[in-house]
Amino acid sequence: MSACSVTLRVNGSSARLEIDSRVTLLDALRDHLGLTGTKKGCDQGACGACTVLLDGRRVLSCLTLAAQSDGREVTTIEGLSGEDGELHPMQAAFVRHDGFQCGYCTPGQIMSAVALLEEGRAGSDEEIKEFMSGNLCRCGAYPNIRAAIRDVAQRPAT
Amino acid sequence: MRPFEYTSASDTAAAVEIVTGDPDAAYLAGGTTQVDLMLKDGVVEPRRLVDITRLPLRGIARIGDALHVGALTTMEELAADATVAERLPCVREALLHGASVQLRNMATIGGNVLQRTRCRYFRDPAVAACNKRAPGSGCAAIHGAARMHAILGASEHCIALHASDLCVALVALDAIVHVQGRDGERTVPLTELYVLPGDRPDVENVLVHGELITAIEVPLLPAGARSGYVKIRDRASYEFALVSVAAALVVEDGVIVQARVGLGGVGTIPWRARAAEQVLIGGRPGRALFAAAANAAIIDPYTVEGTRFKVTLAERAIVRALEDLVA
Repeated sequence: MSACSVTLRVNGSSARLEIDSRVTLLDALRDHLGLTGTKKGCDQGACGACTVLLDGRRVLSCLTLAAQSDGREVTTIEGLSGEDGELHPMQAAFVRHDGFQCGYCTPGQIMSAVALLEEGRAGSDEEIKEFMSGNLCRCGAYPNIRAAIRDVAQRPAT
Repeated sequence: MRPFEYTSASDTAAAVEIVTGDPDAAYLAGGTTQVDLMLKDGVVEPRRLVDITRLPLRGIARIGDALHVGALTTMEELAADATVAERLPCVREALLHGASVQLRNMATIGGNVLQRTRCRYFRDPAVAACNKRAPGSGCAAIHGAARMHAILGASEHCIALHASDLCVALVALDAIVHVQGRDGERTVPLTELYVLPGDRPDVENVLVHGELITAIEVPLLPAGARSGYVKIRDRASYEFALVSVAAALVVEDGVIVQARVGLGGVGTIPWRARAAEQVLIGGRPGRALFAAAANAAIIDPYTVEGTRFKVTLAERAIVRALEDLVA
């Protein structure tokens, strides 16, 4: 038997799960908690679509076991918007700059971009390119993704 | 994907005891390779995973002229360290050129050192011929798409690459690995940790089952040293090296008194190019000397059609890395 008991703290809520030890954080979010905003792209650590914040740092949920996340703070795309559904400034900027085409990589791009700003790495286009390189966009919306990030980075802090 | 039992360890000695006593157990740290090879590829199948990420083996301390880096320190944490930035630029650059920020937030320094030497044929269980997965079965890579494979330390038995960027810098710097086993602690120079594949590519290092890396000790370069990391790859970022070079020079009165050269993207283990260092020491920095050093660096390469270009590319990368240091 390889079940384990895991408490996931996601977007401020706590949930106790009895799951197989093989379940990744990505599958726990999507299939056990119904939070399908986080996307499964390559499922192998190569594309960044599954990016979430774990204790405030961006990680790949497809290569993180749910069991390893026990008790840690997880933030997904669903946790970014305000209580009244108001978009996070980064989400709003992606809409304003048309930072996507099919939209599949977008939640990962946005989670990564939010972390990028926290890390202080959005100072130039070169920096944004380098430190967003873990998030692939096969539609090629990169120029607009960068414009969205630049836009938020250049706004005065509120 | 085979079921496994998951345990989170809270005590280092207890974790070592569990894994040492169970041949089917393995450690789990950042998981960026382990989870990939287990859950996604199904080519590594421990029955028990001991999660060590909550052990107190994290953090960076300067002791004398060395940095002691806890094994669970992440790549991002080490790259952000002020002493690394000031005294070990080649380490910082190797870290920042390796993987994405997401992976660097997960991957630990101990795990980076012990990442599997691997190739796409090893990772594909549908490929029958892999001496690393199934000793004696052959090597599919030799006649396959081998662009990402090794030319140094390779043989007809295996040409899989050790893909770490960090370790290229660490072997050049003579880093020392601190290991805890059931019977106590020991240290192993990183240059002596890895084993060339020979006819047993399934054996990758000198550690015995259950031994755990607790820290990596990195001697600081002298205050006047210059060091850097050059990585040549197929796309600008987030890609493995075709060839990489970690280089460090100390120049006094126009003469090189200390030289360190490590090579990546070419070795079945992180490669120390001592012959190149010998050419450099005592010489005057310049293109002629650097070219001679580069020429000496690549000894008896084992190339196949897909990797032949790497000999020239490595030589040129060495020259460029050294020129960057004295520019």
